[in-house]
Amino acid sequence: MELRQRYEEDLTLVRGVLGWSALLALLAFLALLPVLAPGYFLYTASLVAVHVVIAVGLNLLVGYTGQISLGHAGFVAVGAYAAGVLATRLHVPWPGAMLGGGIAAAFFGFLVGIPALRLTGPYLTIATLGFGIAVNQVLTNWEQLSGGRTGLFLPKLAIAGVRLRDHHIYYLFAGLAAALVWIATNLVRSHVGRAFVAIRDSDIAAEVMGVNLTVYKTLAFAVSAFYAGIGGAMLAYLLGYLEPQLFTLFESIYYFSMIVIGGLGTIPGSILGAILLTILPQQLAGLKQYLPLVYGATIVLVMAVEPLGIYGRWLRIKLWFKTWPF
Amino acid sequence: MADAVPHETVSAFLSIEHLSIAFGGIVALDSLNLQVPRGALISVIGPNGAGKTTLFNCITGLYRPDRGRVRLDGRDVVGMKPDGVARLGVARTFQNIELFLRMTALQNLLLGRHLHFRAGFFAAALGTSRWRREEVHHRERAEQILDFLDLQEARDRRVSDLPLGRQRLVELGRALATGPKLLLLDEPSSGMTAEEKADLVFRIKDIREEMGITVILVEHDLKLVMGISDWVAVLDHGVKIAQGSTAEVQTNPDVIRAYLGEPEGWTSAGQVGTPTFNG
Repeated sequence: MELRQRYEEDLTLVRGVLGWSALLALLAFLALLPVLAPGYFLYTASLVAVHVVIAVGLNLLVGYTGQISLGHAGFVAVGAYAAGVLATRLHVPWPGAMLGGGIAAAFFGFLVGIPALRLTGPYLTIATLGFGIAVNQVLTNWEQLSGGRTGLFLPKLAIAGVRLRDHHIYYLFAGLAAALVWIATNLVRSHVGRAFVAIRDSDIAAEVMGVNLTVYKTLAFAVSAFYAGIGGAMLAYLLGYLEPQLFTLFESIYYFSMIVIGGLGTIPGSILGAILLTILPQQLAGLKQYLPLVYGATIVLVMAVEPLGIYGRWLRIKLWFKTWPF
Repeated sequence: MADAVPHETVSAFLSIEHLSIAFGGIVALDSLNLQVPRGALISVIGPNGAGKTTLFNCITGLYRPDRGRVRLDGRDVVGMKPDGVARLGVARTFQNIELFLRMTALQNLLLGRHLHFRAGFFAAALGTSRWRREEVHHRERAEQILDFLDLQEARDRRVSDLPLGRQRLVELGRALATGPKLLLLDEPSSGMTAEEKADLVFRIKDIREEMGITVILVEHDLKLVMGISDWVAVLDHGVKIAQGSTAEVQTNPDVIRAYLGEPEGWTSAGQVGTPTFNG
């Protein structure tokens, strides 16, 4: 084990030959994926990128700040429809539409964060649940905005008039997801992330130590919703088509399952959960009607057996090998 | 106790005047006056439910008193939020340890540095060099405090895995990390071994003498209080029943009554017959 001699070294994200090799191997794999994998799998890979963005954002709120949201599909929907409306009605190019989707969702996140200052535990969960259902209802009934049941069709992604093909979209989405993961990693190791975790572990102590609860709770909601909104906008462009039924309570629970199964309060856990829960349902396509049952049962199982999820189990295995043979 | 406010009000660093708070029908603090000079180390003692922790909660902004004033360096802090009070330089520990249990000891101390961070959200999100410099600077400060409290071995351990006495020290360290002018310690020695208590006494002395921090100590362990306090205030049912040197308050009949109850033979009215102590 190498010894660290300067405090700066504690702040390094990628450490040592092993760390850099692992990162380079990962990047090479991601870059070569379009060559290695069949065309259909590229769509799945792009969907994984979307889910990674949403899951990382959700974990910032639930895993790090300890504010449970069961209405996250609502934020995803706001992002998706904001991007859709910007692109179709106002003809905003896709980068602007995506950013607009993120900002619109962040604004709603801020609004939902305000009652979170007074509500805790199950009451907050119910409030976020209500928000998710309300968004779905509004989209279903406000047909001028959402196109109602006929749906909303988005323009194809293009750069300088050239339409992006599947592998271009994959690279774009993977890059976006990587950038947002990097930002989340920076946040959680900074004073902002520590304030989030402090609120989760003891909000009284956090406040007495000088953390402004109003600022940081609404910030956690806004940042988390921003990620959901960007994810929603990515999803909108990936599908090319939006309907309110894409954003129901079931999707909220689906996103929630990702972070619980992957690992609450960890960024790698969010990524693992997003990958697993994107690929798994496609392999279990024949069991579609039983999926909610599978997610519910898996959450209960994870909570009982390994509350830190797959990533927590991985850390344990790593520790076991590190300390072997003791 | 008379309602007149003592003369040293103007010079006192922490000045509490007529502080009252009630929860439902229960009066937790009843027109309390307390003047703490800058650089003092004083203790507040009293039986359970005397209002000691309530006093701390009023000073730190967790409770809003019904009446009265709390002035810090001449500034009224009543109505301020806890994080605002913390920014004025008040830090505390809790009777039922309120640590961030899933953080390491170092992270707990770094959270204590939170209010000194000037880098904004976007600097943190992008990991700019400005944020990095600041983070390193605060880490240095946190490491100094870990050294001072002899907590290096706990540095990277989750505080939930530490024994109670160590947890109390981490909490003290977190309070010191905020760089306070006034430090409120709520029963810091409970759960500590005799040896840890002896260490704690020296550390509290150092905090006062070397760091120049004004300290108010709420304590059950009278031996610990006696060794280090300038003077002692005794609370009972929200009223200050005595104030003075430890020797003075120990012989004060009101204090003895508060701690031990009415002597046998005394009726509740306290008028009939001669008090008789058994043994």
